[in-house]
Amino acid sequence: MKLQDMYQEIILDHYRNPHGRGLRDPFDAEVHHVNPTCGDEVTLRVKVDGDTLTDVSYEGMGCSISQASVSAMYDLVVGKSVPDALATGEDFMRLMQAKGDTAVADELEDSLEDAVAFAGVSKYPARIKCALMSWMALKDASARAWTPTETAPTEEPA
Amino acid sequence: MTATATAPATGRTPLPLDVEAVRADFPILGRTVRDGKRLVYLDSGATSQKPRQVLDAERWFYENVNAAPHRGAHALAEEATEAYEQARVTIASFIGAQPDEVVFTRNSTEAINLVAYAMSNAVTAKEPEFHRYAVGEGDEVVVTEMEHHANLIPWQQLCERTGATLRWLGLTDDGRLDLSDLDTVVNERTKLVTVTQQSNILGTMPPLAPIIERAHAVGALVMVDGAQSVPHQPVDVAALGADFLVFSGHKMLGPTGVGVLWGRAEVLAALPPFLTGGSMIEVVRMEGSTFAPPPQRFEAGVPMTAQVIGLAAAADYLTALGMDKVQAHEEALTEYALAQLQAIPGVRVIGPVDTVARGGAISFTVEGIHPHDVGQVLDDQGIAVRVGHHCAWPVVRRYGVPATTRATFYVHTGYDDVDALVEGVRHAQRFFGVDGGEEA
Repeated sequence: MKLQDMYQEIILDHYRNPHGRGLRDPFDAEVHHVNPTCGDEVTLRVKVDGDTLTDVSYEGMGCSISQASVSAMYDLVVGKSVPDALATGEDFMRLMQAKGDTAVADELEDSLEDAVAFAGVSKYPARIKCALMSWMALKDASARAWTPTETAPTEEPA
Repeated sequence: MTATATAPATGRTPLPLDVEAVRADFPILGRTVRDGKRLVYLDSGATSQKPRQVLDAERWFYENVNAAPHRGAHALAEEATEAYEQARVTIASFIGAQPDEVVFTRNSTEAINLVAYAMSNAVTAKEPEFHRYAVGEGDEVVVTEMEHHANLIPWQQLCERTGATLRWLGLTDDGRLDLSDLDTVVNERTKLVTVTQQSNILGTMPPLAPIIERAHAVGALVMVDGAQSVPHQPVDVAALGADFLVFSGHKMLGPTGVGVLWGRAEVLAALPPFLTGGSMIEVVRMEGSTFAPPPQRFEAGVPMTAQVIGLAAAADYLTALGMDKVQAHEEALTEYALAQLQAIPGVRVIGPVDTVARGGAISFTVEGIHPHDVGQVLDDQGIAVRVGHHCAWPVVRRYGVPATTRATFYVHTGYDDVDALVEGVRHAQRFFGVDGGEEA
């Protein structure tokens, strides 16, 4: 049944028992993102030490998909370098554009861990933005809190 | 709401419309969704489905008549002009108006913007006769807290452009318009009062008579947003007594891309244009131009001719059903649905919980399940509802909910559709493990 494809048990677990929820100090940047078509909201803070994302804290309200997504994202990105976290975000974006293609999900399983369970969401265009909201907020907050240094593992354009 | 409060004893009064006969006119209702499920379309408040008669009218126009009306002297141009103006007569008659008081716009939103921009264009118009309804500093515009964004943002913007002040009437806890401060909110500084005839999210039908009376007593214009009323109840502009009425074709079985601004003749005559260009002019010279009288003054460019003709077919279709019957049909469904939904533990109706001064838009929340998730489970069963803030964000904020699930009814809705909705909500509760009143 399609509905279970989207509402994987792992997603409902994150929704009912969110990881890392609550706004914490200290932080380097705070952003507030909304989904204007439905009113879902997330306030998200990041703390960066050097290149490392040492904390992501958040408050939000929204549907199970948006709330589970931010919880799964917390598990994935805290402790990673900012470029690695953003690369994981790119992988998640690819998953959301996969239209339910299981090959894409298989390929991204190592990178996305629990978050690969959101593969079923990609079959429902109206819900993709729910899943992406927190990742957009993370990208925004990271850009405010952190600028690539010469030692950062990002490629400068030639 | 508690389970014991309402026993679902409410009977099904016989529906005034023959649902099966009506459904046979709507080709889309014959399709299935989500792996073969019957389409239960409860989202007419967002846009209505179209009967074959409307589709045939548009096809007839394109296959037989298509030409730009009010231009050219060839046979098709004459016939297109005749068809377009005959459609105006039909649509005017549908709301008890004179044809030259009916302006075709893209939708209600554009009709409202037309008036809002005309009132700021009046400030700088070179023609003295267009200054009458100019808005500026010290003037006030009054809206209500239950307006659709389409009847809020244009007025916020008008006030920002002109320095006027936006004021509003609030809501009561039971989903009604709060008129307790009507006499202070609407005062000698008020230039225009605008109010919905039927809230798209709450279903509430505010009492318009005292608002119109007060507004006219202080010399203000009154606009009525009929986007959710004209499709669902008889509306007669003469009886209404307002200065403007707006509505959209696509919500009343008509095509997208056509809406109506009705305005009292002497008010329209004193308004400068909003959009300018071809066919709205009188004389054009390089140094400056003069404008045609209404309604042409407000219909720049080649109009949405086929859509206007489709809308006239929709008006004819509704007239044949009888708007009194349409309203009674939806009231019976609403009464039944309100009782059935409120009998479900955890369901809270946002808006009036009885059918007094209420239309058929029913918004509700289900404890422990976000409206998006309710909507998703319903969708999986073929039931189309709207979820979110319904372009009325201040309303959901007022009632302390992030969003709602909304069901809306129309001429093809039957008790089986309501039963599907109610069972669908129960299914959502089981799916998310919040049934039996055991909230998460």
